[in-house]
Amino acid sequence: MTAVSAGSAPRATPLAGGEPLIDVHAHFLHVGTGRSDWDAPNAARFRAGERIGISVLVASTLGSWGFTSPTYFPSPVDVTAGNTAMLELQEREGDRVRIYAAVNPNDTGHAIAEIERCVAGGAVGVKLAASRRADDPLLDPICELAAEHGLPILHHIWQHRRREWPAQEASDGLELGRLAERHPSVSFILAHIGGGGDYAHTYVAVSELPNVYLDLSGSGVDRGMLDGALEAVGAQRLLWGCDVTIETGLAKLRALDVIGLGADAISDIRWRNAMRIFPAGSFPSVARAAERVAR
Amino acid sequence: MTNAQRADSAGMPLDVNVLIGPYPYRYVPHPDPDVLVRVLAREGLRGAWVGHLPSAFYRDPTPGNAALFAALEPHRAVLAPAPCIRPDWPRWDRALRDAVEQGAVAIRAYPPQWGMGPHDRSLQALAAAIGEISSILLLTVRFEDLRQRGNLDVAGDLDAATIRATVRSAPNTRVVVTAAGREMIEQVHWGLTPDERARLWWDISWIWGPPDDHLAHLFRTLGAERFVYGTQWPMRLTQTPRANLDLLPDDLRDARLADAGEIELR
Repeated sequence: MTAVSAGSAPRATPLAGGEPLIDVHAHFLHVGTGRSDWDAPNAARFRAGERIGISVLVASTLGSWGFTSPTYFPSPVDVTAGNTAMLELQEREGDRVRIYAAVNPNDTGHAIAEIERCVAGGAVGVKLAASRRADDPLLDPICELAAEHGLPILHHIWQHRRREWPAQEASDGLELGRLAERHPSVSFILAHIGGGGDYAHTYVAVSELPNVYLDLSGSGVDRGMLDGALEAVGAQRLLWGCDVTIETGLAKLRALDVIGLGADAISDIRWRNAMRIFPAGSFPSVARAAERVAR
Repeated sequence: MTNAQRADSAGMPLDVNVLIGPYPYRYVPHPDPDVLVRVLAREGLRGAWVGHLPSAFYRDPTPGNAALFAALEPHRAVLAPAPCIRPDWPRWDRALRDAVEQGAVAIRAYPPQWGMGPHDRSLQALAAAIGEISSILLLTVRFEDLRQRGNLDVAGDLDAATIRATVRSAPNTRVVVTAAGREMIEQVHWGLTPDERARLWWDISWIWGPPDDHLAHLFRTLGAERFVYGTQWPMRLTQTPRANLDLLPDDLRDARLADAGEIELR
């Protein structure tokens, strides 16, 4: 038998086709993250994104990624440095990168100021990770500001939380659901369906909350996860993304193709839902592509 | 498989990391052989080495092996059984012989689930016996990410020390390890002699692609020929390893994995 070829797919056309595709959960590194090769993963993300056909990466950086303060508990100095690096990246990359203002709600005043600064620089959303439980009242002023600016909030969520995880104060779907109920005018993006394994817990926790959207990113590729997400919230509340494993993002796109979704539903997940929940004008290249298709 | 079928499927990968049967800790959709056959055809895979998922958690795997052989019987042209043999069970050597006589393509073992550490004599005896009968030892690092496991699932991952000790202890045995990540692979590979490494292959089901590019890094440093195609169906999406290969950087576009069929013939 012939040995298996590595990259056998044709390289001229995007692997995921030419229809717009928005990755709502991307990350980049920067010079302050302590890795001498910090630029290599960034370049790899662009390379893989082009190969797949990703139109826009909506991205954040979590402080110094643990170099000068913990990834999930970043200091104000690191939060500012990370966001500044992202603003510069957005400026450099034009339409293909949009950014979240990533903040630590424990430094509430700083978080509010940082969101205002980043929005002035073109940020289109807020990123909350695991510095404080999602249902904590400290998050309320951040959500109120997000509502004022019409910004969605991408929140790092892990599955059914029966205990503490090291180095983070993770939240689960129930905890995010309580926050979403308090702020019905804000769109919440529940990251990576809450992770593999106990994903079914997430579905029950948020299925009846119309302002909670599930992003499909993450390394979890459990069979049944996509079918369950569709059944729980429907295609109009799913958003495509990759997080730190881009190959699983492509795999999930391909899986969506074989589980019986119609073209409209796939378009919703690829880009239309993102167009609906991010501020108007966030994705000009996608809007232009959509207009071309409509004509 | 007929000669014509073999010719038609030349170049299509063979999946070494497939299971049938339910998973004890959560629901897994239709883990059945007839579904598997359709999935393999859809994904362009010519066949699979198939284990019995619940047997990893049984005390006595004998009934699981019987169920595996029976379930695969109608599909043997594409599904090759990989039963498990527990070497601390009475008459395991007879069970091994029987399994091979029934057409086992490889023998699965689950040291963490059986409480076996790196220097377990029975595990080493099994590895040696598998080599003596020219079969293949198939090990599994994990079924799920440690972070997502149920609270009853306490076995932990298969550790690098156990893989190294097992490979070293059985100099005539070919070993395929599934569901390992970069760190584990490097800790084993560079902890073995060249001769030992040459008898060891890794499936790509759990190796991360871009942006960290672990798969590309491993292809460049260990060589693509040390890797085989694996999906870990029905636990994981079958599309993942193909997506990973499709996203390799341009300098690796001609990289070639080892083919499990060739490992069978060595």
